[in-house]
Amino acid sequence: MMRWWKRRRRALVCREAVALMGAYLDGELGAGDRARLEGHLADCPHCTEYLTQLRITIDALGHVEVEQLDERTVDDLVELYRRWRAG
Amino acid sequence: VEDAELVERLRAGDEVAFAHVVREHQPALLRLAEVTVGSRAVAEEVCQDTWLAVVRGVDRFEGRASLKTWLFRIMLNRARSSAGREQRAGRPDGDIERFDASGAWATPPEAWSDRVDEQVVAHDLAQRVRHLLVQLPDQQRQVVVLRDVDGLPPGDVASLLGVTDGHQRVLLHRGRAKLRALLTAEMGAER
Repeated sequence: MMRWWKRRRRALVCREAVALMGAYLDGELGAGDRARLEGHLADCPHCTEYLTQLRITIDALGHVEVEQLDERTVDDLVELYRRWRAG
Repeated sequence: VEDAELVERLRAGDEVAFAHVVREHQPALLRLAEVTVGSRAVAEEVCQDTWLAVVRGVDRFEGRASLKTWLFRIMLNRARSSAGREQRAGRPDGDIERFDASGAWATPPEAWSDRVDEQVVAHDLAQRVRHLLVQLPDQQRQVVVLRDVDGLPPGDVASLLGVTDGHQRVLLHRGRAKLRALLTAEMGAER
């Protein structure tokens, strides 16, 4: 029982902190892990830098734009739909 | 407009509803097709096949997932069997971050320039990251695009790709970490 408690309370190492960061940014981390990660980040500039870069990377992915759809494609597909309905 | 209502209208032969669905989903469908098959021409064919399958199969849409997820599923099935598909394994999956025996950083992350927060650079980063996606192995690339570009929920992504929730998380983690490393390499090259 004591060992289990100790393991839960042990501070994170960087490797473990990095493994939790994706879930942390996605808001999927439980309160305990979140507190442990934030505790580690408060003392670790490398992991803080890494987290910032990971956040920027994910944010950039969210800004990958779609191309403008040309109306000819819409017309062609509607024509396809019409033919199928008629067929 | 709700998915269920649109699907009802599609079943009834409503062309306005069909055009609406095409406008809403074709751009993201094409983007996902392109990162999946690796060729614009093949991606366009796969999308056209997908819409034909949608028209034929609209009676089978059950509404358990969103219309978008359903479209993606049909497209991915077509893309997998597409003859023109380029075989790309991506780079081998070595350790992306390096830690010492104690679990601390062996090679700490190199600092990025402060400029990355500016608006113009944010747009530039999105362009770069789009081009870097091709360097990820297939499954990592698909998970990253579905989750972080298209914003699908984790459960939908796992089911679309036929992987467990846990494996989906691992693929997302590796894909994001690799992209971060590739961006660092690009920024380092500029200095």
